[in-house]
Amino acid sequence: MTKKRLILTFPANLVDQPITYQLVKKFDLMVNILRAQITPEEQGKMTVEISGSAKNFQTGIDFLAGLGVGVRPLAQEVKWIEDRCIECSACTTICPTGALFVTRPEMRVYFDKEKCIACELCLPACPYGAVGTDRDDAL
Amino acid sequence: MAKTIQEINEKIAGRQAVVFTAEEVIEIVRRKGARKAAAEVDVVTTGTFAPMCSSGAYFNVGHTRPRMKLGGGHVTLNGVPAYTGLAAVDIFLGATAVCEGDPKNSIHPGRFAYGGGHVVEDLVAGKDVKLLATAYGTDCYPRQELETWIKLTDMNEAVLFNIRNCYQNYNVAVNNSERVIYTYMGILQPRMRNATYCSAAQLSPLLNDPLYRTIGMGTRIFLGGGIGYVVGPGTQHNPCVPRSENRVPRCGAGTLSITGNLKQMEPRWVRGASFVGYGTTMAIGIGVPIPILDEEILINTSVEDSDITAQVVDYSSAYPENAGAASLAEVTYAELKSGSITVGGRKIPASGLSSYARAKEIASILKSWISEGRFLLTQPVETLPSTDSGMLFKSLSERPVEKFSPISTGFGG
Repeated sequence: MTKKRLILTFPANLVDQPITYQLVKKFDLMVNILRAQITPEEQGKMTVEISGSAKNFQTGIDFLAGLGVGVRPLAQEVKWIEDRCIECSACTTICPTGALFVTRPEMRVYFDKEKCIACELCLPACPYGAVGTDRDDAL
Repeated sequence: MAKTIQEINEKIAGRQAVVFTAEEVIEIVRRKGARKAAAEVDVVTTGTFAPMCSSGAYFNVGHTRPRMKLGGGHVTLNGVPAYTGLAAVDIFLGATAVCEGDPKNSIHPGRFAYGGGHVVEDLVAGKDVKLLATAYGTDCYPRQELETWIKLTDMNEAVLFNIRNCYQNYNVAVNNSERVIYTYMGILQPRMRNATYCSAAQLSPLLNDPLYRTIGMGTRIFLGGGIGYVVGPGTQHNPCVPRSENRVPRCGAGTLSITGNLKQMEPRWVRGASFVGYGTTMAIGIGVPIPILDEEILINTSVEDSDITAQVVDYSSAYPENAGAASLAEVTYAELKSGSITVGGRKIPASGLSSYARAKEIASILKSWISEGRFLLTQPVETLPSTDSGMLFKSLSERPVEKFSPISTGFGG
């Protein structure tokens, strides 16, 4: 059994094709869509959690790569860099799970790692680089 | 029972001054009543920590051997261009200057990872930055190229100079279009799925002195962790806007120009910022003391978030088009800080760009400086233009320029 979170990028020519359906139907994979941004005639980007037997997982990924879908691992976790955070709360309405949240009336900003699904939506929302991923360390 | 700044300073010097933050004083006035509280309280401290694009700093980097005239040449600090239209080794660096070679918004939305604000933060943090310069060379300044590391302590002068800061109130931003927009008010989701605001409200300096009775040219302030001064009204100072009964402006109004020695400052209070799709900027921590000279001044400092209103503006059309007043709704900071506002019957999640937690920390630090007798108040040498000034904040009136006109370019022979 293999289970991985991945970021799939679809070139414009594939955006209108039911690729996720084929992952399920042909390769018996379970696809949990965490986040999707697909604009017709432009590039699409989807954050997914794919699970299935190791063999099916690998052939499924090969199938995606063969079609020209970009496959890269999602960061394992989003890090909150407390020193960089000025507690403005800009991220708190962007975070979909309430992992980044503000206490009231003190207006202090905190990060609850347990609630974070590593969707990375907070990264562009923070002007101070106070959230990062473990991918940043590898770069 | 009026007090003077001199009397208050005598109490500060004797560590006898009674000081509260603009948040604490609300409860004091509620409990004791304005008259009694005005007699007891000497100073109320305010604070704000938010991005402000009209920030920058000037530096004198010291003369090279042989001498070089950077003035009129080209200078970058860590790749970020500085303004050189000054004397030989004076340069000015603006917060929104973008690193040379940055793709900006050619790949939209650009990340704007590093700019002028970040250079200032790095310098304040004591880091070395790379100074690269080219110049045309003169008889008195023959050198034409320079490449060196430089840090804050190497410089003769390093001075923060913000031509505008401390906006007295500001817009609440929403996006009523069908696509995500990237603004200086942050990322705004389509169909008004979020709202952003940018004021410390009940802690904000000019909202606690709405008619500028005590804050003026020469006011000594907390600036970036050090001491700074108010230079005068900031650009776009606009006192004659609609106000509530408590005389607090209902939209952006007064502003301050401020200055202070960067060498005293701390990186906690001087931060470069990157707004995706917009550009770079800078946040500076500012705290302004308000001397309680009479009851009216005290009542003004007891203003609460629920008494301060702001206008909700659509940043997908009304703001960029600048076609006139177009408020979608008026909301209070109490609503904004509750986490959501209601516009047209719809509940919209709201988040801040101005840090209330840090504004409170600044007001507390300034309070302790004053309580410990380490910070004396100043009498402004000039007050800021107020509601009786008739000042008007104009948009640019464009006039057609005829092409191929024979107007002299200055190079005429």
